[in-house]
Amino acid sequence: MNNKKNPFSFQLNVSDFLPAEESEKQGMVVMRESVSFWKDGFRRLRKNKLAMASLFVIIVIMISAFIIPAFYPYSYEQQIRGSENLGIMEYSESELERIEAGEKVFPHLLGTDSLGRDLMIRIMVGSKISLLVGIIASAIILVIGSAYGSIAGYFGGKVDMIMMRAVDIIYTVPDILIIILLSVTLKYPLKELADNVTGFEWINTVGIGLISIFVVFSLLYWVGMARIVRSQVLMLKEQEYVVAAKALGASDSRIIKKHLLTNSIGTLIVTTTLQIPSSIFTESFLSFLGLGVSAPMPSLGSLASQAIGGISSYPHRLMAPAVVISLIILSFNLLGDGLRDAFDPKLKN
Amino acid sequence: MGGYIIKRIISGIVTLFLVATLTFFLMYLVPGGPFLSEKAPSEQTLKALQEKYGLDQPVGIQYLNYMKRLIRGDLGTSLKMRGQEVNDIIRTRFPVSAKIGLMAVILAIAVGIPMGSVAALHRGKWFDRLIMLISTMGIAIPGFVVSTVLMFFFGVRLKILPTFGLTSPLHYILPVAALAFYPTAYISRLMRSSMLDVLGQDYMRTARAKGLGQFKALFKHALRNAVLPVVTYLGPMLAGILTGSFVVEKIFTIPGLGSQFVGSITDRDYPLIMGTTIFLAFLLITMNVIVDIAYKIIDPRINLK
Repeated sequence: MNNKKNPFSFQLNVSDFLPAEESEKQGMVVMRESVSFWKDGFRRLRKNKLAMASLFVIIVIMISAFIIPAFYPYSYEQQIRGSENLGIMEYSESELERIEAGEKVFPHLLGTDSLGRDLMIRIMVGSKISLLVGIIASAIILVIGSAYGSIAGYFGGKVDMIMMRAVDIIYTVPDILIIILLSVTLKYPLKELADNVTGFEWINTVGIGLISIFVVFSLLYWVGMARIVRSQVLMLKEQEYVVAAKALGASDSRIIKKHLLTNSIGTLIVTTTLQIPSSIFTESFLSFLGLGVSAPMPSLGSLASQAIGGISSYPHRLMAPAVVISLIILSFNLLGDGLRDAFDPKLKN
Repeated sequence: MGGYIIKRIISGIVTLFLVATLTFFLMYLVPGGPFLSEKAPSEQTLKALQEKYGLDQPVGIQYLNYMKRLIRGDLGTSLKMRGQEVNDIIRTRFPVSAKIGLMAVILAIAVGIPMGSVAALHRGKWFDRLIMLISTMGIAIPGFVVSTVLMFFFGVRLKILPTFGLTSPLHYILPVAALAFYPTAYISRLMRSSMLDVLGQDYMRTARAKGLGQFKALFKHALRNAVLPVVTYLGPMLAGILTGSFVVEKIFTIPGLGSQFVGSITDRDYPLIMGTTIFLAFLLITMNVIVDIAYKIIDPRINLK
């Protein structure tokens, strides 16, 4: 009797029932890593060329605002005698003599202003101020707005109604008028505080103008953030995991911090990123009106404002800060749009 | 409907009251009161001045007096321009600003709506991209940059348009264009996205399917629905034009309320700052209430509570 099977036999083939080999097992595994929220978002962000270009521009501006000034041969308040009103890449006579004598003189890349201050470093420091205002003000707004909005949304009912009525009223207040009014008046009490009360001397080092801008922005602009966070929380608190957390005895503050705010992080990031350019926008507007940071500290708005008088002879003095500020605002706007497209679950697919 | 209108008006009054109260107390914070200027007045003069303006009374009474005057529409007297009533200053200055502002609003609507609609119809083509590029930049560039660049190119370099004052129709071109720049960009973006939204609706397909010409479908169905979000933007737009006017009027030296306001900030002329703030807040809040009510009337789909 031979082992050969009749091709028409229904007899089962024993080898088919052997345990699977390791290599076979591997073949059955779906070979894709699970894609986390962040990975998915960043993958989509990377595809967005405009957003990546904006990110690059922001990084370049940040490096020149925060790092380069430390190594720059001139400082923003240094008045160089004899070098007043130089044009782009020009040297004054004394500087030319020094160059002839073999000394190396760092060129004034964008010339100097009427007091002999190097414009390049002033613009870099000015963009530092603008960026600081944008980022810190947005961070304050993020903290206040998300705390307020999540509490109102989570507790709901009467708490929500009263808290959101207050938001509605602040929302209808003409913000720019109140901001101007506050910046005009806040300087005095802040100065009093800095000069007379111990523990508040740091206000003078940071600058009264800057502090009053932070105070003013955080007093008025958190309402938009609060509304957005509240609507997110209202949606999220109905989810099963919140019920589960409650059933396990988690406290309200833990649920808000660990579950509700963590799950709305995408919205928080997008809203904060878009808040930065609008804060910078308002700051430059205030500085332009002469209400922003105080001299000799430069800000892009005040640099542009000072340049208007000499616009016919020195147009570059206006154009340089104008271009930088527009570039900063544009890049943050585009990056924010890109982040929203990448991280907003509603816009998926 | 009536309920909604009343509710909206009441909330407007509450906001205005809050603004007025805040204004009063902020001004009270300023030490030395409004008479703090370079030339410090003698003690006697100061006392006389304080008595004259009622500044020697307790805060509560000052506040009540201030509110009483406000309800009567009296905004007080300017300090730097001796003897000039804030009301009179507003009366002479405001029409100038209103004229420019109104022109800018009309320009923004007349340019923004067609630009956004055409961009939506040519979605993804070069024309759409161009308009989106311009309007994205238009939103990012601050008003003072737009104004100064316009002034530099058309006034200083090309010398074809006057750069200051308002003496001839030509003088209006640059300030109005500068003022309308941001709202135009905003409206065209808004219009594009809402037009795209409307074009994808079922009723548009129905309109085309029943044999309506493209032109008619566009104007009778699409445009009417797509323009609604622009109506909601009218309120914020007025606020934007107002703030824009501070910068534009300062740059083009226009004798309007905006440059007056900026001047009063530099002069620290507190009654004038307060009066102008309250007047402008009143204007903005009223406009917002009107726009909100108009919006609900125009769009019957929004339920009125």
